[in-house]
Amino acid sequence: MTDDWTSGPRRFGTRRAVLAGMAALPLMMAAAGPVAAEGPPTAEINTTGLAVTDDTVTVGILHSVTGTMAISETGSVQAEKLAIDQINASGGVLGRKIEFIQEDGASDWPTFAEKAKKLLVQDKVAAVFGCWTSASRKAVLPVFEQYNGMLYYPTFYEGLEESPNVIYTGQEATQQIIAGIDWVAKTKGAKTFYLLGSDYIWPRTSNKIARKHIEKLGLEVVGEEYYPLGHTQFNSVINKIKLKKPDVIYAIVVGGSNVAFYKQLKAAGIDMTKESPLLLTISVTEDEILGIGGENIVGAYASMKYFQSLDNDNNKAFVEAFKAMWGKDIVIGDVTQAAYLGPWLWKAAVEKAGSFDIDKIKVASPGIELTTAPEGYVRIHENHHLWSKTRIGRAKTDGQYELIYETKDLMEPNPFPEGYQ
Amino acid sequence: MIGDYTIGEFTSILAMQGFAGLILFSVFVLMALGLAIIFGQMGVINMAHGEFMILGAYVTYFCSQFFSAYLPGLFSIYFFIAMALAFCASFGLGILVEWGMIRFLYKRPLDTLLATWGLSLILQQFYRSVFGAREVGVTLPEWMLGAVNLTDIIEIPINGLFVMGLTIIITVAVYLIMFRSGWGKQVRAVMQNRVMAGAVGINTKMVDRITFGLGCGIAGIAGSAFTMIGSTGPTAGQLYIVDTFLVVVFGGAASLLGTIASAFTISQAQSTMEFFMSGSMAKVLTLLTVVGILMLRPQGLFTLNIRR
Repeated sequence: MTDDWTSGPRRFGTRRAVLAGMAALPLMMAAAGPVAAEGPPTAEINTTGLAVTDDTVTVGILHSVTGTMAISETGSVQAEKLAIDQINASGGVLGRKIEFIQEDGASDWPTFAEKAKKLLVQDKVAAVFGCWTSASRKAVLPVFEQYNGMLYYPTFYEGLEESPNVIYTGQEATQQIIAGIDWVAKTKGAKTFYLLGSDYIWPRTSNKIARKHIEKLGLEVVGEEYYPLGHTQFNSVINKIKLKKPDVIYAIVVGGSNVAFYKQLKAAGIDMTKESPLLLTISVTEDEILGIGGENIVGAYASMKYFQSLDNDNNKAFVEAFKAMWGKDIVIGDVTQAAYLGPWLWKAAVEKAGSFDIDKIKVASPGIELTTAPEGYVRIHENHHLWSKTRIGRAKTDGQYELIYETKDLMEPNPFPEGYQ
Repeated sequence: MIGDYTIGEFTSILAMQGFAGLILFSVFVLMALGLAIIFGQMGVINMAHGEFMILGAYVTYFCSQFFSAYLPGLFSIYFFIAMALAFCASFGLGILVEWGMIRFLYKRPLDTLLATWGLSLILQQFYRSVFGAREVGVTLPEWMLGAVNLTDIIEIPINGLFVMGLTIIITVAVYLIMFRSGWGKQVRAVMQNRVMAGAVGINTKMVDRITFGLGCGIAGIAGSAFTMIGSTGPTAGQLYIVDTFLVVVFGGAASLLGTIASAFTISQAQSTMEFFMSGSMAKVLTLLTVVGILMLRPQGLFTLNIRR
């Protein structure tokens, strides 16, 4: 019977599925009988033929577990699984246990699109937690909009996007950048900046925002440079930095280049603990430090919304649960925490809407708050991004950040910042 | 005054920039040597070269873990032992791969390309499954960190000096093996005329196997050394492979001297251009120049004169 229900929509498409669902309703009630699910009846909360049964709901996890991006995306997968586990342990969503289907995007953007389509069309998942790079998100976006799915996207990214079908649980560029530059200008009296990044959309857009903001403050950008992804030789640019003597190196280097950059910076005699120049990054989380080595980056500042070392009860419980599930040596970075929020935000939206239907979740999502987030309190904005605080951390030798500063208020997400484009 | 800088500053930067170029040169030579031996002597295009390097890097990582846990007293010299072990591991894997795969493909160069590319994917996934998808950090002994201060501005990275020294030693060793030893003579004989070499009693199969292993072993040493300047992760080998092929092809496939000359040209061009323009632009110009020269000289900078 359950099979009839889920296979119906596959054959008939959405509109008939509603009818099929209604027709099946009396039968289902009869069959369920006294052992009915705790939650409301399936037909009421799922009118669009999603993979929801009387006691389970299926969601998708779509990340790269093979290929170059596996380095970064592993943490997100782990966080999402932990959240799903915890939600199930606390009674599930609308009385239904969450089951997940995991697909591998394999660090290949067309594969992401294909797997997204498979999850939405064939598996009828109620939500997808996934993607990491902007390129993969851009690849799946049309799929989610066409087949009306819901994507929870965890990474801090460049902004310039807003889709009703996506909830962005990481920070968009202005949230991450503006508070950081304000802080370094005010507290450290920085006057000159050297912008450095890997050569693709996120660093370039972010540095554009950074440059506009720096110039707005009346300060000076003395250099701006991009290196190809995977570049491993930074000696020339380090020489240039030494020559220009900026107050701040603003670094958005990613991936394997990151490791090379910090090791060579250290080897070239730039001791970041002396803070001349000071280094501020928005791309190095605790996950990356694992590869870089704490001794190579000690003294650098990072501007993002979450550090593993945050001292609050939510975070302590989260870190403990994460280590219990994935091993005591594991570290948790900003994106991992953002990925952890995805399932919880989805649960809250489903419960607020009283339905798994995507259209109802879209309407219900803005205004949803989470007081249990490891980073503290977050709320979904009208534009489907999160209000969140921005924090500055200072890297220590043990690979953790020490919290130095956090914004007093939540930063408003502003994916299309006027005057910054 | 030159621009905004004093003469002193300017000369210091010139010196440091020259040194940056030399370090890049050493890195290029070190990563290309193994490939040049295999490609040059055997005509096998080893797409898995980067993964052999990463095997060396992982060996180094485990050595650092082992020494800091069990032999902290010897930690300051563990790197040398790690390099030796890295060579052994990659050499061993190279022999195994030659025996299990390459030897069936000698007459089909394009197939070796595909097969070794497949091997590189298999090795990457193997590293990922066994060692984890995340990058690992190799801890270095204190004396290998930091820089030597010559003046206020001139600071020479110690790891750069180390790589340069290592490159010189490896290059000299390869030269001695290939051109001053009996075995090297055999290798060159096999390369020039395989049938004839066999006829005079050289075990060509064994020569092939050891040559392949030697190339892989040198890749392992390079990978071990690069833990000082780069990342160690399942796919980190991919970061080096393009530059490596560029150096070998530009230098002329069959010539060690060509490899060195080409590494020197490319590294100096790139590091000089990086100083005057953005990194991406410098890379584009370097590649364009190489393409241009290869169009005029398809055989590369140097070729061996062999009667065919």
